[in-house]
Order: sequence, then structure tokens, then C-alpha cells
Amino acid sequence: MSAIKSRPIYPGLKVDERAKRHLVAAEGEGALAVLEAFADAPDAWSRMTLLYTPGGSAPANHSETLQGRAPDAFHLHPTRQTLMTRLNALLDTATMGTRLYAAGVEGHIGEVVAAGLAHGVDHLSIRTEHRGSLARRVQCVHCKGFIDDVTISPVPCAHCGVPLFVRDHYSRRLAAFQGVSINAETPDEVPASEELYK
Amino acid sequence: MSGGVEIPVRVVDVEQATQTVKRFRLAALSGEPLPSFSAGAHVVVTMDDNGRRMRNPYSLIDRADDGSTYRIGVLRTPNSRGGSKFMHERVNAGDQLVVTMPVNLFPIVRTGRKHLLVAGGIGITPIYAMANELRRRSASYEIHYAMRNEASGAFIDELRAAHGDRLKLYRDDMQEFVSVSQILPNQPLGTHLYVCGPEGMIDAILKGGRDAGWADENLHSERFLAPAGGEPFSVVLQRAGITAEVRSDQSLLEAIEEAGVDAPFLCRGGACGQCETAVVSCDGKLVHNDHFLTEEEHASGKKIMTCVSRLKGRELVLDL
Repeated sequence: MSAIKSRPIYPGLKVDERAKRHLVAAEGEGALAVLEAFADAPDAWSRMTLLYTPGGSAPANHSETLQGRAPDAFHLHPTRQTLMTRLNALLDTATMGTRLYAAGVEGHIGEVVAAGLAHGVDHLSIRTEHRGSLARRVQCVHCKGFIDDVTISPVPCAHCGVPLFVRDHYSRRLAAFQGVSINAETPDEVPASEELYK
Repeated sequence: MSGGVEIPVRVVDVEQATQTVKRFRLAALSGEPLPSFSAGAHVVVTMDDNGRRMRNPYSLIDRADDGSTYRIGVLRTPNSRGGSKFMHERVNAGDQLVVTMPVNLFPIVRTGRKHLLVAGGIGITPIYAMANELRRRSASYEIHYAMRNEASGAFIDELRAAHGDRLKLYRDDMQEFVSVSQILPNQPLGTHLYVCGPEGMIDAILKGGRDAGWADENLHSERFLAPAGGEPFSVVLQRAGITAEVRSDQSLLEAIEEAGVDAPFLCRGGACGQCETAVVSCDGKLVHNDHFLTEEEHASGKKIMTCVSRLKGRELVLDL
């Protein structure tokens, strides 16, 4: 547990049997979380719209397994970006009774939750489960640029080059952790990077 | 004062809105503007009936544009312990009352994309304020207002003028009822529902919402309970070393205050949780009437909300 309150907690996917529509956005190993959570709810698959991007799990071919469970609609996406485009279009026209689920790496969950928030969905009603890498999406607080798949700290900002200490401090709106200059007072010293978020 | 800052006010106008509802316009005694509040807020009004103090929460209807006055609406309840009866029979223009600072336990969720406001009877008072705020913000909203008959609808004309066809009325005498199967389907994702009214109506609407797959985070209600009277009993305030009697027409909190102890409170209607008090022991059965503690907490017998709950038995020992 982090001492920083904004550090998100992902309680795990839990099927809401009362939902009229299950809108599920899964990335990579998040497919396994979906299969496990919905294993005990066979009826739910017929009310499911499932969006999946394999990410680093492409060789495992989870997409065939998911499709084999016959969700009402299945959309396979090459990247997280294209998945988010479709998810936002679906959220635009979704009605109440729709429950949103996100599973996969933190960056993916964060983007799904942020999209939900932008559509008026309370973050507490979004079911989330973290699977796969601990890599973080980081915003540089100095130049405001985003860096994806960060596994080390400090990490050089991909935009302005400042070495950033990656904090647990999280913005739900930006779906990113905060990166702060690690050597503002001693610019000559750059501590060695450690791999913290593999 | 445990309830926070209090504001002495003068009643500037009393209006008989319906046979059973009066509207009171209140101005600060100091002549200064009253604090602004967010829609859904209430104040606790202190009434002094020949030395007997009563405090009731009332939702704020509105605040004059220049901040000079608040309006509250008071329903005369048949089994009133005295509060609403006092307001109806004894309070006239020119009289003084004391109100607390506004407190909001029923706020609008500002990230919502649409808002369904559902009111039954006097439950219209917070809904009235919320509808006005949503209109000012050009937000998307609907008002569903249920009443016995048109004559008992306390705010129909004002609401109709302000909200036009966003207002839908349901009259019991015309066999019209707010039906969840009509108002809930096809609402856009991000819709929030707010309901205030009789207990049965609130329960039915909330259940309908959950059954329709709405998340709990999107369902909001407010119910102020009048503290039910009951059998008299003794209360021992262990830390203060005081024993007091709770009369049958008195709430536990009122008896504690009468004994001279400044106990915590805020809403005085079982909703906010401020008056939660530890029970040391009790000889009898706790009668929990609040909406704040969980069922497990009620069953544990370790806590009580002094504003609306009491003891059926001989003696209650509190950590106060």
C-alpha cells in the first residue's frame, strides 16, 4: 500500500449481474481476468460488448479464446489507441444500465477510467483489474509531456530530457503518474535508474 | 456550539402555499447577506417554545439574488412532536428564529451528464433548488413531481414558469404515479437520479434504479426523519457524570442538550452521521431509526445516532 492516497487501487473484476450491458475493455493479460470473472456468469456474455487489444500478449492468442465465449459483440484492436477510439464512440451513445470494466496494464485501465469519467461515469462504479506489466504512464510536471510504458525511475523525460523521479502521485483525469525532476538542486548529479515497475 | 455557526434570523414573510405547507422567508438579523449555498443544502432551525427548544432540519428552497433572504418550506405533519406545528401556528412575520449555516448532504453531481429529479410531496424543497441550479447551468434535467392532488402541490406554478415541459406532474387523485419503468430506460450513460419524498417512494425508486442496472454511485436520496417519540427512559452520560430522563415527546439528543451537555449534531434527521455516539451499556433494546449506520453497526449495539434513535427499556449509558 502506498502512503499516497491518489495511488489507484484495482479491486478486481466483479460482474454486476443487474447490468443491462457489460462494456468490457481488456488489454493483453487482462483477457484472463475477463475469462475468470465472467466464468461464473454465462448469461452475461450475451449482453457483453468486448473490446480487446492483445498488446504484449499477442503470441498467447487470447483473442480467439475470448471470441470463443461468444460475447454479443467483439472488437479486436491493433493498439490501445484504436481501442480507446471505439470505446469513446460506444460511451457516447451508451445508456444507463451499462457497466464499464477495464482489465490489463495500469496505463490501459487509467485511460478507460478517464474516458468513463469524461462520460459522467463515477470511477467507483468502473470495475478494474490489473494484469500484466507494472509499467506506468507518466506525465512530466515540468513540460507536461506524457511518457508511456515507464519501468524505471528516474526516467529521462522523452520531451524535455529532465530526469524524472516517478511518484505514486496519480491523476485520474490525466490517467498518469507524476514525474518530478530528481535533481533540481544538483543538476550535475543524476542518480542511477532502477527498474521498479517491470 | 456543536452544530457549527448559528445565524439569528427574522421572519420577513409567511405564505400559506397549500393547506398543509407554509413557506417562510428569512433574513439575517444583522442585515448582512446570508451565506450562499449549493443546491440540496438544508439549515437546522431552532425554535423556542416557552423554554422548550426544538430543532428541525429544513431544505433551503432558494436565496434572494441579493443574498438578503432564504426561503424554507414546512409541511405540517399530523404526528408532529411540535416542530412543524410550532412553525405553522406560532411563527409569524417579524418573529425571530435561529438557523445553522447551510449544510449539503444532497449535492448535485457536477460531472453528471443528465439529472433526473424526483420529488414526492414536501420532498420538492431541495429538488426545487437543484432544478434552479441546473437550469442556470444549462444542464440537461427532468423534474418528476408527485403529489396528492394539484391543490397540494406547493410549487407547481413557480416550477412550471421556470422549467416548462421539463416538469412532469403526477397526481395521486388522477391515478398518476412516478413509474421507474417509464423514467429510467434509455437515459444516457452518466445520468444521476435524485429522489426526495416519502419513505416508500424513495425505496421504490432506488430499488427500481438498481434493478435497471444503475450503479449505486448514480442514485441519490435524502430523507430527514422526524425523531419518533417513544417510551421514556433514563440516559447516563458517563463522562459528564449526568443522569437525565428522556421524555416520550423528546429525542435523546434533545434530552442530552436539556441536561446542559453540548453533544455533537448536524442534520438532526438521521442522515449525516455527526451525532454518532458510543454506547457503553444499555438495559433494554436500542431502537435505531437512522439511515447512517450500517445494519451490522445497528446489530452490534455499540453505537447510536442520538438525533433520531432511542432506547426501549430502562437505562442507556453513553460515552459522553
